[in-house]
Amino acid sequence: MTADMRWRSVIGLEVHVQLSTASKMFCRCEARFGAPPNTLICPVCTSQPGTLPTLNGEALRLGVLAGLALGCTIDPSTKFDRKNYFYPDLPKGYQISQFDRPLCRDGHFKFSTEEGEPREVNIVRAHLEEDSGKIIHPEGVNFSLVDLNRAGTPLLEIVSGPDLHSPDEAMAYLQELRRTLRYAGVADCDMEKGGFRCDANISIMPVDSDTLGTRTETKNLNSFRFVAGALQAEIERQAAVLESGGTVIQETMAYDPDTGKTSVLRSKEDAHDYRYFPEPDLPEFRVDPAWVAELSAGLPELPRARQTRYAVDLGLNKRDADTLVAEKELGDYFEATLEFTKKPKETANWLLTELLRLSNDRKLPIHELNTTPARLAELVNLVASGGVSIQAGRLLATAMEEQPGQSAEQLAQSMDLVQLSDDGALRQIVEQVIESESSVVERYRSGNVGLLNALLGSVMKASRGKANPKAARQLLLDTLDS
Amino acid sequence: MLSATSIAARVRSGEFDPQDVTEEAIARLQERDLEVHAYLDPDIERARQLADRVAETLRRGDDPGRLAGVPISLKDNMAVHGATLTAGSKILEGYRAPYDSFVAQRLIAEGAVLLGRTNLDEFAMGASTENSAYGPTRNPWDTDRVPGGSSGGSAAAVAAGIVPVALGSETGGSIRQPAALCGITGFKPTFGSVSRRGLVAFGSSLDVIGPLAAHAQDAALVYDVIAGHDPADATTWTGTRPSATTEKADLEGLRIGIPEEFLDEAVDSRVLESVSTAIKTLEEGGAITKVIPKGALPSMHHSIPVYYLVACSEASSNLARFDGMHFGPTSESKDTLDLLARYCATRADLFGPEVRRRIALGTFALSAGYADAWYKKSLSVRRLILNEFTALFGDYDLLAGPTSPFGAFKIGERSQDAYSMYLCDLLTAPACLAGLPSVSVPCGLARKGTYKGLPVGLSLTGPAGQDHRVLAAARAFEAIRGTPERSPIHGDDA
Repeated sequence: MTADMRWRSVIGLEVHVQLSTASKMFCRCEARFGAPPNTLICPVCTSQPGTLPTLNGEALRLGVLAGLALGCTIDPSTKFDRKNYFYPDLPKGYQISQFDRPLCRDGHFKFSTEEGEPREVNIVRAHLEEDSGKIIHPEGVNFSLVDLNRAGTPLLEIVSGPDLHSPDEAMAYLQELRRTLRYAGVADCDMEKGGFRCDANISIMPVDSDTLGTRTETKNLNSFRFVAGALQAEIERQAAVLESGGTVIQETMAYDPDTGKTSVLRSKEDAHDYRYFPEPDLPEFRVDPAWVAELSAGLPELPRARQTRYAVDLGLNKRDADTLVAEKELGDYFEATLEFTKKPKETANWLLTELLRLSNDRKLPIHELNTTPARLAELVNLVASGGVSIQAGRLLATAMEEQPGQSAEQLAQSMDLVQLSDDGALRQIVEQVIESESSVVERYRSGNVGLLNALLGSVMKASRGKANPKAARQLLLDTLDS
Repeated sequence: MLSATSIAARVRSGEFDPQDVTEEAIARLQERDLEVHAYLDPDIERARQLADRVAETLRRGDDPGRLAGVPISLKDNMAVHGATLTAGSKILEGYRAPYDSFVAQRLIAEGAVLLGRTNLDEFAMGASTENSAYGPTRNPWDTDRVPGGSSGGSAAAVAAGIVPVALGSETGGSIRQPAALCGITGFKPTFGSVSRRGLVAFGSSLDVIGPLAAHAQDAALVYDVIAGHDPADATTWTGTRPSATTEKADLEGLRIGIPEEFLDEAVDSRVLESVSTAIKTLEEGGAITKVIPKGALPSMHHSIPVYYLVACSEASSNLARFDGMHFGPTSESKDTLDLLARYCATRADLFGPEVRRRIALGTFALSAGYADAWYKKSLSVRRLILNEFTALFGDYDLLAGPTSPFGAFKIGERSQDAYSMYLCDLLTAPACLAGLPSVSVPCGLARKGTYKGLPVGLSLTGPAGQDHRVLAAARAFEAIRGTPERSPIHGDDA
């Protein structure tokens, strides 16, 4: 019996998301990843004596949007607080954060497990705060370096309730959270650049119990894989402790992806007393409910709603709906094409095969391809109307991307890909085949109806693949049975 | 020495050469500062460059501004790009500000000549300037005595006649108390009317920058220049702001209350005597004065503990950045790679004892388990104090009383007893907690007793946002009483 079967795990996640603002939270320095160290800094974000913070309104707007996307309540006024602790990546010696009155609170957020089971987590709170700088520990020297480019970058900390019960569920929640925030346009959640970081609170209890166990917090999980690994490792560690008669201690853990194990970072006794108090440099401020309502009305359709619509209203299969919704740009492209085709399944097929292939081959995002939604629609419509075969359509897709000046039909003509569907040319070929394959025709007529396919093959061959198979089949039947 | 108002007028009219005015001020500084030690850095080159700029502006025929050629000294806790910014502390020794404070920008834009960096209690924590890591400033009235603090350097520079105006900062009394002890005018504006950008933070919800001047008119002029909305300080207020310079200086019909709480038993009797005379002067000017029986400000007696809790709590956080990691010197007393040990060594070695005491006090007051009883409780009492003042301003235009319970005391007299030093703020801390505008104007010298021959200050406090009326009353008072007495070091020079 594995630990999963004897123990029920209770997981709550704290996610730090970097908001997509052009400048930092409390100064006007550029907020950008990858610049040379300490080039995006000023007296404010390096905390020179006498400097004061001023709030970046865009960070506030994105924070409200995120809260709305997570179903949170946005109170009409809020404030900032100072969280005090010493560390070299925190030049002020305190972080400006929000303590008792977060910007967003009491949200309800729906997602589905991998198996498609619907779930809901409570979003306890989501609050604004500033990021710290970064410490670099060069090898083989007895000093460390501090890069303050990141110091003061706006973050939204999203705290879930203890509502998740397995690493898989936690992953599904994080995936839905990530794509929701991307849809809402508040964050790009780029994990490689530290734009989406997670701390996990975990406790376990016997499956037949309803008393919560002691929880630990595992810090700084900066990839989905690490979150899954850390949760599994910590659940197993706690199970082993309890099964050997020990007790779980409330402490802060770190996860080592190389060993796949968690270890103690600091004990409860060493827990910080952050001495929160209201930030005196930033007075309480109003968040106008009318403005919030306006932002709410402007929220785009969120991925979960879009996915349901694709599956239920448009009749797409789950896999295609999932793929189309995974990235907002893809879904947007799909919808734009659909405007011209009104054929959801065909459009999804061509988009997910040929267009993604082109995008991959050319290493371009889809919206930078020559093939715009209108041009993709030409192709989808041409194939659907029988103008070209599916095989020919694939050739045509590449040609259309290479020759953006030519319409799908012009290219089909010039490449000699137009299917023979009309009576005249096709009838001639059918009659030829019936004449030249007289023995087969005779056996067919004497009851071996399976031979129709052999005759159809000959028609296709004689047309050098250009015959519309559906039309050719009908014509063969008509001619043979007459 | 001439007033800032008349220096600016004569420079603008071409009667005075700004470079000459500056050289004279430099000469006074070099001579008189040997006795008072008002300055941490005379910063003479900057003064000469600024004077050249004013001269150049005049040559072009442009307006050099309302403070053209006026030498003004700044307390060494206000940033001037490239100048020292020690805040009176070893922990900022050698540090140069990488940007200009809002007030420096405003002054320079109006043609002021910034001259020197004045001494202060370390991080503005003190009431005598003895807590400076660079030695105490002496009172120009008696160099064995303190000038008050924490803006003691600025007060002494003005009282010694080196400059007509200096800027100070106040958290609990640090402009008005040294002004009183040095016989000059000191004005603490309404919280939020002058930007704190570039002021080394002590108690952020209390800190205000204001002028110290030989003449009330000059305090008004400089206030008009430095007040105003600053988008970079979210606590500054927007909206119109009447001029303190042109506001009619008239006491006629002004209702002035004297709360009995201001006449505390701790107040020296000879100080009270001078203040009583001053109140008669106010009446001569047409003011209607009335002693308000005890009970109108019932929470005022909590001011000292509440002030120290709020200011020290904020200071414990504000001073966290001085960790030896990002700027300023690092203590080398511990040769260790242990992070905590390095933090501790730098902060133990480079902060002075009073600063360390206040950081410890503030850290305690904010700690888990104690914050409710100390920090949060003090915020509630602070609100009560504000409400009580607001209620009084329904019946009175201004409140009057002594600025300081006593006159300039001897160097060393109170420095060994923190609580007796904290009592210096007894009468100034309430207006700070309530964020009110308040001025201290010289009202003569004590005639007898411990402070015989030393200046006494009258305090006039108004409702929030009425800075112009408080300063107009100070101007009117000075007009009736005549030019304030000058310190022996200042002498009679014109």
